[in-house]
Amino acid sequence: METAACIIDVNKLNFYYGKFQALKDITLCLKPHKITAFIGPSGCGKSTFLRTLNRMNDLIAGVRINGKVLIDGRNIYAPDMDVVELRRRVGMVFQRPNPFPMSIYDNVTYAPRMKGQSRGLDDLVERTLVRAALWDEVKDKLKVSALSLSGGQQQRLCIARALAADPGILLMDEPCSSLDPVSTLRIEELMQDLKSEYTIIIVTHNMQQAARVADYTGFFLSGELIEFGDSNKIFTKPDDKRTEGYITGRFG
Amino acid sequence: MRPRGTGEWLAYGLLYLSIVLVTLPVAAIFFILVSRGYSAVNWEFLSSAPRMGMRAGGIFPAIMGTLLLVLGTIAIALPLGIMAAIYLSEYSSRGRLNRLIHLAIVNLAGVPSVVYGLFGLGAFVLFLKIGVSLLAGCLTLALMILPVIITASEEALQAVPQSFREASLALGATRWKTIWNVVLPSALPGILTGAILGVSRAAGETAPILFTAAAFFLPRLPRSIFDQVMALPYHLYIITTQVPNIPQKVQYGTALVLVALVLLINASAIVLRSYIRWRRSW
Repeated sequence: METAACIIDVNKLNFYYGKFQALKDITLCLKPHKITAFIGPSGCGKSTFLRTLNRMNDLIAGVRINGKVLIDGRNIYAPDMDVVELRRRVGMVFQRPNPFPMSIYDNVTYAPRMKGQSRGLDDLVERTLVRAALWDEVKDKLKVSALSLSGGQQQRLCIARALAADPGILLMDEPCSSLDPVSTLRIEELMQDLKSEYTIIIVTHNMQQAARVADYTGFFLSGELIEFGDSNKIFTKPDDKRTEGYITGRFG
Repeated sequence: MRPRGTGEWLAYGLLYLSIVLVTLPVAAIFFILVSRGYSAVNWEFLSSAPRMGMRAGGIFPAIMGTLLLVLGTIAIALPLGIMAAIYLSEYSSRGRLNRLIHLAIVNLAGVPSVVYGLFGLGAFVLFLKIGVSLLAGCLTLALMILPVIITASEEALQAVPQSFREASLALGATRWKTIWNVVLPSALPGILTGAILGVSRAAGETAPILFTAAAFFLPRLPRSIFDQVMALPYHLYIITTQVPNIPQKVQYGTALVLVALVLLINASAIVLRSYIRWRRSW
């Protein structure tokens, strides 16, 4: 994989929580307009890795990081990097739907409002909710509390809220782990639909999900990226014995 | 729920007894205040100044003085306390200095109110030359209730789910915008609880205003924040200990008005709090 085609280029990334090393020498290249999934057992470092991409780990005290993460060719850990700007470029959807205790409308417009935008919000709300496949369900109750929606709707609202910030990259941290199968399916369809405009990186516990949605898949184990490549290959004939052991359900 | 067996009955009985013992004095105080004081309370009592060496007339200047003291105190202590709590909860790292500050705040909450009164006398009245005044009293009372407000506000801020902060930051909001738009609104009901506790204390205390604000007798309302004021707790202290031959019902009536005033302030803050909760949860 040549560097030129990487939207995210990670080079020898090491990450420590205090003395504990959570990520070891991660090097990989993520392609634009593709869905990349990261799988692995609990505590393997896949979520930590995802959160290095928008520097959410900055919030935790006592973490240390070295190596490079280039997004659009810029090292996001360089001293002159503006974290606010980075997070507008790299949106995130969390494990549990976490809409703000505000109206649906205010949730969607949160990021633009924080940027100081006050015009054209109505259009933006409609456009974004249509994009997140939620418009038809909520168009008559935009001023109603976001907390009144079902879990699956809340998660699609969170996706809409992230899209409203106009990111190019969308990080999803086990976005379906608290949803029922029907809602999960809708989110997966939505991801396929968003692929043409966004680069999506998803962390998931669910290997079938990774196999279903992802173009590329990476397997993490104990902080190491064991194997990374075409989902087809990873799920049919992986190179590494440990990958094979995990996807065939021998551990994890 | 009906308890079964001797042990269950014993536990139930003891717990029930403790509730009776706790509520009984409160009920008794209310009963005595109302039964002995209500006949003194009428429009003239509430709206006119004392006459004939406090033996007749009303307690209007004392009521207004207490209200002004409470308002001024909350105006100083609430913003300062909330800002300190935001710093402690959202900005400071949980290091040794932070623990030291916490220890100091907890200890301040335990300092007897008369010590605050003496500090206020030394620091505000004499050193800063503010004089015995409404302002000096408010500053002293604010100092006294700050630990309560800081502690309650900090707990309220800590109770805001971390996922709200993460969601906001991940959307490219700055730290302060996250606090202002997401964290503070969610913490507001809890912060108000702290304010309520603080106000109750400020309204009822005598010692902090004894040397800093309270006038023995002032037939008019204060003209500026540098004027002395009468205050209900201090007035009550005077008419029960310093002035002979005061009709008992005036003393009980004054106490009744003080208690009613504190309840009224609390009730309005509680209404405000439930309104905010209701509005936020739709």
